[in-house]
Parts: sequence; structure tokens; C-alpha cells
Amino acid sequence: MHFLQQAINGLGLGAIYALIALGYTMVYGVLRFINFAHSDVLMLGAFTGLYAAPRIGKLCGPESVTGAILVFIVAAAVCAAIGMTIERLAYRPLRNRPKLTVLITAIGVSLLIEFTGQNEKFFGSAPQAFPKLLPEKSMQMGSLLVSSNDVLTIAVTIILLIAMWFIVQKTRMGTAMRAVSFNQQAAALMGVPVDRVISFTFGLGSALAAIAGILYSMKAPSIEPLMGVQPGLRAFVAAVLGGIGNLPGAVLGGVLLGLLETFAGGNEYLSTYRDAIAFGILILILLFKPAGLLGRATIEKV
Amino acid sequence: MPLPGAKRWLLLGIALAVLVSCFSAQFNRYYLGVAVDVGIAIILATSLNLINGHTGQFSLGHAGFMAVGGYFSAWISLKIGPVDHASWYFPLSLLAGGLVASLVGLMVGVPSLRLKGDYLAIVTLGFGEIIRVVVQNTEAVGAASGLKDIPKYTTLGWAFGLAVVTVYVISSLVNSTYGRGFIAVHDDEIAAESNGIDTTRTKVTAFVTGAFFAGIAGGLYAHHKQFLSPTGFDWVKSIDIVVMVILGGMGRTAGVIAAAVLLTLMPEFLRDFAEYRMIIYALLIILLMLLRPAGLFSIPLKRRPTT
Amino acid sequence: MSAPLLDLQQATIKFGGLTAVSELTTSIGEGELVGLIGPNGAGKTTAFNMITGVYQPTSGHIRFAGKCTRGIKPSKLAALGIARTFQNIRLFGSLSVLDNIRVAARLHNKHGYTSALWRGKSWKSAEAETEKHALELLEIFDLAKDRDEMAKSLPYGDQRRLEIVRALATRPKLLLLDEPAAGMNPSEKDDLMKLIRFIKERYNLAVLLVEHDMKVVMGICERIAVLEYGRMIAEGTPKEIQRHPKVIEAYLGAAAVVS
Repeated sequence: MHFLQQAINGLGLGAIYALIALGYTMVYGVLRFINFAHSDVLMLGAFTGLYAAPRIGKLCGPESVTGAILVFIVAAAVCAAIGMTIERLAYRPLRNRPKLTVLITAIGVSLLIEFTGQNEKFFGSAPQAFPKLLPEKSMQMGSLLVSSNDVLTIAVTIILLIAMWFIVQKTRMGTAMRAVSFNQQAAALMGVPVDRVISFTFGLGSALAAIAGILYSMKAPSIEPLMGVQPGLRAFVAAVLGGIGNLPGAVLGGVLLGLLETFAGGNEYLSTYRDAIAFGILILILLFKPAGLLGRATIEKV
Repeated sequence: MPLPGAKRWLLLGIALAVLVSCFSAQFNRYYLGVAVDVGIAIILATSLNLINGHTGQFSLGHAGFMAVGGYFSAWISLKIGPVDHASWYFPLSLLAGGLVASLVGLMVGVPSLRLKGDYLAIVTLGFGEIIRVVVQNTEAVGAASGLKDIPKYTTLGWAFGLAVVTVYVISSLVNSTYGRGFIAVHDDEIAAESNGIDTTRTKVTAFVTGAFFAGIAGGLYAHHKQFLSPTGFDWVKSIDIVVMVILGGMGRTAGVIAAAVLLTLMPEFLRDFAEYRMIIYALLIILLMLLRPAGLFSIPLKRRPTT
Repeated sequence: MSAPLLDLQQATIKFGGLTAVSELTTSIGEGELVGLIGPNGAGKTTAFNMITGVYQPTSGHIRFAGKCTRGIKPSKLAALGIARTFQNIRLFGSLSVLDNIRVAARLHNKHGYTSALWRGKSWKSAEAETEKHALELLEIFDLAKDRDEMAKSLPYGDQRRLEIVRALATRPKLLLLDEPAAGMNPSEKDDLMKLIRFIKERYNLAVLLVEHDMKVVMGICERIAVLEYGRMIAEGTPKEIQRHPKVIEAYLGAAAVVS
């Protein structure tokens, strides 16, 4: 039963990766660009939660469901705004420049957020404990020990995925997003407000990252300004694994990576090379199947 | 037109380096250290410039090659123990580091250089990090706690002299009919291929050459700071070098050298603002990309000399 | 009859479910000027890409100077003597006009990496030779005055001409021109026709020309092949092609054939 136990833990981790990976993949789909700063939005979500939770706790009472939901909403909203601001200030002016320019700007934004966060005037670099949003229980299901956090994570992720699916497939904005990701010029000519669609995409992705950040913090011992780097990286690999630009692929990649990592983490020898494993998978995919598991390869016109 | 009298400049530069090293005992220890840092930065930036700037391949893992060269040459130095004539031994150790780094460059380059743009950047970033993790887990070179007590063989003469050599090699390469091939690959791979330039070979050559000099820079660094730690060669270090290349104008050798000097000296000027140094640095990157992506030292595109 | 310079036998290329070129069979002899025409999307540029090694045919054979070209990289084919220009001009934008030619001449320059570093006597003289030949070429085509200008700063017509001159610098036996008259006014097109005739005579090349402008095609081509939806529907002299019912149908529709 050890296997099933690890599978459940892996799913919990994979769910978080999936949420973050969706953000990467949505932005890549619309802009063909990797938002290096996405992992830092995760961190900002966690810190928003850190500051919001006690205040909301005063309103709704400690460890209440309404309180928890409010914290999620506040963090999502704040980070959506931040994501859209970053896009507006740092990425939109470079819309027509070579890809490499924007890539480096994204790296700059990421470093800016991290270094500012580390500065004592802001968050400080020392780890801080994340407040308890909900009572934590370990539930016994047969021989399995399941943490209520994992159940919550998986449940929240499934709800969000359904919401995402609905937005992308059934709403006008979602259709617009898909149009822009196929052909930005044609979409613009058809009257699609490309700028607004891109803003929305950033906002949506950032909101997901914020929620993922809080879910991650609930399981983690503490949070600090560089906390987004590792999960962000894994989620990025997950997005590429599933096929960057492909939404179901991001989810598939996230879950797969979560499972792979949990099983590898159990293995003594592999755990020290954990970082390298994620990179190794990344390199292998890019070299052998750059389109990922579910993606489509693009042919260059000569 | 091929660089006129290039060899003359090379010999002059080496002579100057020898001269400087004779007097280096007179200089302030601290400033000497900074000058050596500048020399190393020039080697790193110029070598990356060949890959990123001239050949247009976006490599984000240069620090990995520096690590390989540095660790290897340091490891040899420690294994051999104290040496009587360091001035004979040292260049050999550096050369060894450079060669091993170029070998790693070959192994990384051949599979990776099929990719373009974003993808190449990520793969090279990944390889750079893998190198770091491997070093971090290798007991023979101190693993995570680092490699200590490396003998101090690096002098200003060596740093400066090798910087001159690096600049000479890269410039001479590029300023030749053969070397124009690098820029052709940067401008249009398909056209280059159709005009007889083996693009894969060209890209790999640039990569391996760049890795070689990064390895040498690593060796110089190791025998200067006398301590190596894997975290010093992470992707942030690679970004540091990339920023130098971009600031200098991606392909303009003189600009890149100036940028390397500037960025190495900048922390010295910002001593008082040490707290905000990294924040300023990040802002610098963003502003640079937004306002002047062609670099601070680029000439407006209207007229560009043949060299 | 001597063996053809370029020989295609049932050359076919498929991209997934789409057959871009289907069983193309034709040949070009040394010194011939052949045109390749057809409606948009007929597969003309794809055929070029097959001949130059950018794409590998899914089936069929292509032979150049008796040698099968399967699996040979474009750069190697260029060394063997196939040169081309592109539909959308592909110059080396950041290199000077002179360097664009020099870098194409690199193909025949024996000096490589180590020579560039050592800079010995023979390297110096080889570099001087290369530059001399490049300048000569530029002179002939009236581009020498712009030798130090960046290639992308040239006016459109000059850029097109430069691209052709660059292709010539590789000393080809077969020159493929992809829509060289695109974007030109009538007098430029006349100059282009003269240029192509001149090149063919002077350098004794075979030329394969893809072009939409019928005046140009009919004016200089000795033979014309017509593609439609990837298949060759006609081949012959300009006069024969002009009267060929299938060709008229392809361009103007079935109704036009009747008249």
C-alpha cells in the first residue's frame, strides 16, 4: 500500500504543479513567450495570504471555511492585478521586439520581485510561518493516511480546472483566447481585442498561481521570497512535458511530474539529484519531442 | 577587411601584461583583486559574445562551463600540491580546465543547437543547472561545502594577458572570411546553409570555443578567490554574463568589453547602496530591454564598418 | 544526349496528410534556362526546397550531376554546385554588401579556423584574393559602390540583385531563382531579364526559374514546366505552353479553354 500512499501524495503535489503550469502554458499560447516571472506571482500570492489571513480571521473567526475562501479570493485578485500590471508595463511595450528581448525582461522582472521581496523593508529573506487557514486532519482510509490538505488541494484544483475548461470553451473571452493563440494577426483583423485578451490571460494565470501558492504554503513549513523558484521550475517543466501552449497538457504534465517526483523522492539515491531530475526531463523532452506529450510541432516556412 | 596588424596588438597586450605583473606587488591588494575580477569578466563576456552575440545562439548556461573549468583546474592543483614554478604549471592547469570545459561544451552543444530561441535558452539553462547539481554532489570537489585552499596562482598579469588573448582569438576569428560565417548563421540560418555554410558545425564551433574560454576564466577565478562553491555558478551567474553581452551590444566586441568592465566595477561604486544593489541590477536589466535593447554601446544601424 | 545536370524522377513530398509535390519527373541540362510556373500553392517553392536539400523527398529520386541527393545537407549541395535565391529575400542583413559576397565565397576558401587565428602569409593572400573576386563580382553587377553599406539598407531592387550575385559567388552549376521579379516595375523586370540572360551566358549556368510574371517567363525561358496542386500538368516550349489547354484551365478555369 506504500505505492498508493505515495500516489496520493504525488497527486496532491501534481495538482499544485498543474495549477501553476496552466499559467505558463496559457501565456505561452497567447504570446509565444515564457513568463519567467510567473513563479514569483506564486510567492506574492502566498505572502498576500500571509498578510490577509489574520485580518480575515478577525472577521470570520479562526480556521473557518468562509475565511479560507476569502483569503483565496483576495490573494487571487491581488495577484491577478499584479500579473496584469507586469504585462502592461514590462511586456506589452516589447510586443513587436525579438523574443529574446522579452525573455530577458521577464528574467529581470523575476529578479526584481525576488530581490525586492528579500529586502528587509519588504518581506525580508527569513522564512516566515504561514497561518493555518483550516483545521488540518489526517484521515485514515483503510491503510492509507490522507492529509486533509491534499484532499483540499485536489478538490480545489478539480473545481478550478472545471472553471477553466468552462471559461476557455464556453465563453466569448475563452474563444477569443483560443483565436489569439492560433493566429494573433487574424484574430485582431476579426475584431478581437487582442490587448484585452492578453491582459485577461495574464490575470487568469496569475490568479491560479496565487491559489497554488497558498495551497503550497499550507503544506510547506514556511514561506520566503525565493519560495516560488523551485515549484515554478517544476511546473514549467510540467507545462513543457505536456506540450507548451496546450491546456490539458499542462494538467497532464503537472500530475505526471508530481507523481514522478514523489516516487523519486522516496528513493534515497535519487532525492539528492531532485533538481537535476526536473532539468533532465526538460532537456530530454526538448531534444526528443519538443512539442511535448500533447502538443503539435510547428513547421518553419522556407 | 581582416583586422590589420592584429598580431601586433596581441604581442603588445601580452608584453603589457608581463610588465604589469612585474609591478603588481606595488598595487593595493584590494584594487588588484578587483582588476583581476575585471579581467575574468572580460574573458567570460567576450567568449559568450561569440555564442550569443556573433552567432546569435541564446546560451544561458555559460556559468556551467566556467564551473567545469574552474573545478577541474583547481582539483588538479590540489592533487599536485605546492609547485615550485607556478608560472610553468599554471597555464597548463588552465589549459586543462579549458579543454575539459570545451569537451562539455561539445556534449551540450551537439544535441542542443538543433533548437532555437526560447527552447535553446531553456535547454542551456537546464544543462548549466545540471552541471551545478552534479558538482554539488561530487565529494571529490567538496560537494556543497565547496573547494577550499586553492593556491593563489592568478596574478593581474595572467588575468590581463589571458583577457588580451581571448579578445584576440575571438576578434580574429570573426574578422575573417571564415568568421563571417558565424554572423551569417546569426542573420539567416537558411540562407547561410544554402550558401554553403554548415550551420550546425558553425554553431557547435562557436559553442565549444566559448566554453573553452569560460573554462579558462573559471580556472583563473578558482586560483584567485581560492575557494569554489557550486552556488557561485548558478543560473544567476549565467544571467550576469548574458547581461554584459546585451549591455555591450550583442556582437560588438568593444562594447562587450566595456560592459564587462562597467558591470564588474558597478558593485564597487554602489557599495553604499549594498542593500539595494541587486534591486538596482534587476531594474537595470528591465530598463535596458525596454529602452535600449541594442545595448549601451551600439552604433546606430545606418553605417557599420566591414570589420 | 549528355546526362542531365539535374534529374528528378517521381519526386514526391508529403507533409502529414498533404501531398505538396507529387511524382515530379523532369530534368535540366547544363546551360538550360527552364521556367517553373503554376498557380499559387502549386508546390513550386516546395520543389525548390527538395532540390536544394531543405526538404527530403518522401519518395522518388533527385540526381544532381549524376549523384543522388538524398540525405545531403543543403550546404553540401551548395558545394556541389546548386545555388538559390529566396521568395522573401534572405540576405545577411547585418553584414555589409561586400561581406555578403565574401561569406558565400567562403565555400571555396580553403582557410578555416586555425588559419584565421594564425594569420600567416598564405591566409593573408587568400583573404586578399577572396576580396578581389568579391569586388569584381560586385563591379559587374553595379553594386561595388555600396560595398560597405549594410545589406539591409539597400533599396529593394538592389537587394534582389545582391542576392543573385551572392548565389553566383558560390560558383554554382545550377542556379534556382525563386520569384526574382516580385515587387519590380516593368523597367526593372526588363533589366532582370537581361541580367538572367547575361548570367547564363557568362557563367555557363543552368537556371531554374520560378516566376509569376508571364512576360518574364515567356521572354527568357527555353522550356517551361507547369505545376498544379503539386503535379506537373504540362512541359514544353513557351509557345506550346501558351496554347496548352490544361495550363489555360489551371490559370483561367475550364470555361476559358473553350475559347
